[in-house]
Amino acid sequence: MNSRGLRSQLKDSVPVAGLCPQGAYGLQDSLRSGFSSVKNELLPSHPLELSEKNFQLNQDKMNMSTLRNIQGLHAPLKLQMEYRAARQIQRLPFLQSSNLALDTLKGSDDVIGFEDILNDPAQSEVMGEPHMMVEYKLGLL
Amino acid sequence: MALSNILETPAAGFNFDNAARNASLEGRLEGGQTPKPLKTGTTIAGVVFKDGVVLGADTRATSGEVVADKMCAKIHYIAPNIYCCGAGTAADTEKTTDLLASNLAIFSLNSGRNPRVVMAVNILQDMLYRYHGQIGANLILGGADCTGNHLYSVGPYGSVNKVPYLTMGSGDLAALGILEDGFRPDLELEKAKELVRLAIHAGIMSDLGSGNNVDICVITKEGADYIRPYQESEYKDDRKMKYRYRPGTTPVLTEKIVPLKLEVVQETVQQMDTA
Repeated sequence: MNSRGLRSQLKDSVPVAGLCPQGAYGLQDSLRSGFSSVKNELLPSHPLELSEKNFQLNQDKMNMSTLRNIQGLHAPLKLQMEYRAARQIQRLPFLQSSNLALDTLKGSDDVIGFEDILNDPAQSEVMGEPHMMVEYKLGLL
Repeated sequence: MALSNILETPAAGFNFDNAARNASLEGRLEGGQTPKPLKTGTTIAGVVFKDGVVLGADTRATSGEVVADKMCAKIHYIAPNIYCCGAGTAADTEKTTDLLASNLAIFSLNSGRNPRVVMAVNILQDMLYRYHGQIGANLILGGADCTGNHLYSVGPYGSVNKVPYLTMGSGDLAALGILEDGFRPDLELEKAKELVRLAIHAGIMSDLGSGNNVDICVITKEGADYIRPYQESEYKDDRKMKYRYRPGTTPVLTEKIVPLKLEVVQETVQQMDTA
């Protein structure tokens, strides 16, 4: 998976949401994440956790850099601009947005993967607090 | 339950929240073992013959040491001209082949073309490699498309093998012996079906994880013929499905009647207001 060893597997190398331990009232949730220890906080609990979190990002980066090498700078630049424009047509963070334009641009409206079947965000069991979620998105939190 | 303080909606796809909990519960449940997923412990085989491909599979699904399903369907539909046999964890093979079938259906609707076997293999390879073998699916894909008749095997890490005859599963060595002995290029249909049947039968007889009936699927340019079961097991048990007995089946030996004495403790009368 990676030849850079343990360093790149640390959770800190990826921005992870969590200023306080996850769980009700901000306390350590022992049932779900085990007893709190330094190791638990830093290392991922499943070998696939990190690679899945970053999978889409890494694929995009790889595709963009291949495109740049083959067709020059303008091609990925133009595509990135279109993605950025499509990403702005969204609802506020606590509501479900359809992402229709973004999906069409990326071509993921033609493909079914596990992210379409499992853990559908529209049927999530937990609800975020709207004010906190908007503040987090704007970076004010 | 109090509202959890989540700051972003959870991402779609696999959720690893319980992985740490499961790892620490490993040794601690009574009985010592965590529940095992349903494996198929199988014998599957495929052979390319003159006009197409023959796929064969047994029908036993085991869960640990118990036979969980005696008539399990291991040959999955992918496209009208492509079928796939699956060995390994039953849920993984089912879901992976379902996703593959959906993707190929979307593709053929979009482009107006029939899917080819190489497309199925490429999609599977990408999907399985992405999960680094955590999805336990050993698959044999066979189909007849515009470029010819093809047979591929895909391992759980995404390794692909393209050969004229293949076996997979826990009974693969027994079945492979029969195929090595009997395979010739350009076999006729009946000979090919008989060869696959013998191979699966050898797997059933020599492997504890395979058993019961033999399913066969013949795929040619004209279409697919899924024969289920092709050969039934000689060891079928004769169980009644209903266990209802007529009244009077059990003889009555003695009868004793005890009346239940009730005494009136309190009596109240309430007038109904019928105004």
